[in-house]
Amino acid sequence: MPTLTKPLSGWGRYPVQSCELERPERYADLRPTTDTLIARGQGRSYGDASLNENGRVILTERLDRMLSLDVQQGILKAEAGVTLAEILPVIVKQGWFLPVTPGTKYVSLGGCVAADVHGKNHHHDGGFGDHVLGIDLIMADGSHKTCSASENADIFWATVGGMGLTGIISEVTLKLLPIQTAKMMVSQHAANNLEHLFQLLENPALDDQYSVAWIDCLAKGGQLGRGIAMFGHHATIAELGESYSTEANPSQPPLDRGGADLAPLTKGGADSALPLTRGSWRGFASKRLNHPPLQTKPKRTRSLPFNFPSWILNPLSISLFNKLYFYRESRRKSPFLTDYDSYFYPLDSIGQWNRMYGKRGFVQYQCVIPEASALVGMIALLKELSASRRSSFLAVLKRFGAEGKAPLSFPMPGYTLALDLPIRDKGLFSLLDKLDHIVLQHGGRVYLAKDARISAESFRSMYPRFETWLKLKNKIDPSNRFSSSLARRLNIGGKAK
Amino acid sequence: MSENILILGATSAIARGTAAAFAARGDNIYLASRDEEELKRIAADLTVRYGVKVSYGLFDAAATDTHPAFFQAVLKEMQELNGVVLAFGLLGDQQAARDFSVAEKIITSNFTGAVSILSLCANYFEPLKRGFIIGISSVAGDRGRQSNYVYGAAKGALSIYLQGLRNRLFPSGVRVVTIKPGFVDTAMTFGLPGLFLVATPQHIGKQIVRTLSKSADVVYLPGFWRYIMLIIKHVPEVIFKRMKM
Repeated sequence: MPTLTKPLSGWGRYPVQSCELERPERYADLRPTTDTLIARGQGRSYGDASLNENGRVILTERLDRMLSLDVQQGILKAEAGVTLAEILPVIVKQGWFLPVTPGTKYVSLGGCVAADVHGKNHHHDGGFGDHVLGIDLIMADGSHKTCSASENADIFWATVGGMGLTGIISEVTLKLLPIQTAKMMVSQHAANNLEHLFQLLENPALDDQYSVAWIDCLAKGGQLGRGIAMFGHHATIAELGESYSTEANPSQPPLDRGGADLAPLTKGGADSALPLTRGSWRGFASKRLNHPPLQTKPKRTRSLPFNFPSWILNPLSISLFNKLYFYRESRRKSPFLTDYDSYFYPLDSIGQWNRMYGKRGFVQYQCVIPEASALVGMIALLKELSASRRSSFLAVLKRFGAEGKAPLSFPMPGYTLALDLPIRDKGLFSLLDKLDHIVLQHGGRVYLAKDARISAESFRSMYPRFETWLKLKNKIDPSNRFSSSLARRLNIGGKAK
Repeated sequence: MSENILILGATSAIARGTAAAFAARGDNIYLASRDEEELKRIAADLTVRYGVKVSYGLFDAAATDTHPAFFQAVLKEMQELNGVVLAFGLLGDQQAARDFSVAEKIITSNFTGAVSILSLCANYFEPLKRGFIIGISSVAGDRGRQSNYVYGAAKGALSIYLQGLRNRLFPSGVRVVTIKPGFVDTAMTFGLPGLFLVATPQHIGKQIVRTLSKSADVVYLPGFWRYIMLIIKHVPEVIFKRMKM
């Protein structure tokens, strides 16, 4: 099989390492071909999880066939290289949705399993692995093994969140989520500080299938952690109400209803939220509803054609953006309807947005802090960040539910914070070490799919179930054939290069 | 209205892209190649994505004596055919092709096998006075170069065969299109040095289907390859023979 050696990186564009790529196009050619290899789907993990410095990286992107879709039961079986972006249009028109989705649809199915990705519904529905009915795993000896929660369960759970280190995930069978429409019903509530934001996210009267919060991490003092809590669910046909017409009545003109006449939600704005009832300029949301409920319009994506100079994102420009965003979103009338793309994948509409952070790339720091000390921990993290005079263009806070069965799975009950930090100088890494320290103090952990720099020691403290996982890894891959730059950095498996 | 399309050599990346483009407009597809496992997967994928009827069968371009039975089986399955895409080909290893047994294999796969199956297709469409044949040749067939002249010779022969076929079938209203892809991001080109402006197989597939709504007979894909090859074809042989290409 021909190979291509070139500098490779994850989505954060740091680190960049020379890897030997192989790209099988036939299913039979997907197999361990060298002593050290790692599978890579879309390369959307941020750091070094899909890199193998001076070793083999097997690209799964061409093994992207959907093998079956049971439209009655909502069960999709597909090769692991297929992306969520390819899956969505196929399943949505049949009335199904992904049970769990990360913030980008340009990820492979195999990657979703390997990182046990989570979505805005983790507090209700768990991680991606909880909805996987089965996988086909290519083992170190080249044999195929069918694994699920009931068959080869130990291998299955080691592979969920296992960062590709147990084998090559070649096929995935997924249980889908039924939906009535392709729209989302969204409510937003502004919070003046972090404590308020936590109250909103924990308020059962506000809670919904999906919840997430945006934080203005440049706000200080009494406003530290101010942000917008966003709740949403898949809209029902009743909620679309009169604002959509079926094809039987295509002559009906688009209505500009300003969202005001939409069927009221049972979970209305609660008193703890700021009143968000002023007039909305977003009446166009309902204009787009003149479609059958599961129909979507293709969206145009624009790509960043070049790397931005690294000074473009500076504290001033970010603070300006944050103020505008906070102001605009806090005035947005709730609830409102939007399409699932804008709701789940807002950044996907800008291709190559990672170029925004300049040539040197960025680190996404995502950690979770357990429930008990989540507020204290988050305040400490934000204060540390603000003291360092660095700022994150995007800061996202999210509540997690119960810990999954997979030993290397990231989520645990508590709160997770994700920060995008451009790499401008080495100082960033000492700041991140300080953040690690806070996370460890509170018994939290850092997400491996985003990570590019935690130490092997920190990793072991953060993932106490690692030893269980390692036992199985050593059993099924004794010569440590499946390895990556991340694995070697974390000292997983013996053979360091 | 949906048409019935036969894709020969259906497991290549360009063939997959082309089959997807036909399926996307609602056509029923018959996939043919030597690799049953891949056929099964590609057929399933097209059915799930586009909801069209997809059949498949084993086909070996080099086993020309099996072609008549194969073509009958396709007609039995599909009732009728509206178009054929010939997408099989073998690049081979030019170094190894200095040995005739290897060269012969390249010639059979790219040319002799193509003539065999396309004769059957042409004889089927001619009396019906409709249908199309799309042959995927190569820019390598435009001029012989030391790096792949056996492959190039076979593809060049295929281009001339398609040209003759076009001339013969024109009065019957049967369309014959020659496609000459430049650099496409496939298994054939992965890792090769010196590639530029590489097109995706999905894009090429869409372009191939789009040629049916235009009148062109010979189509370079992507289009700018027409000009690159125009230059390459006009370099005087006295200079060309000294070049390392």
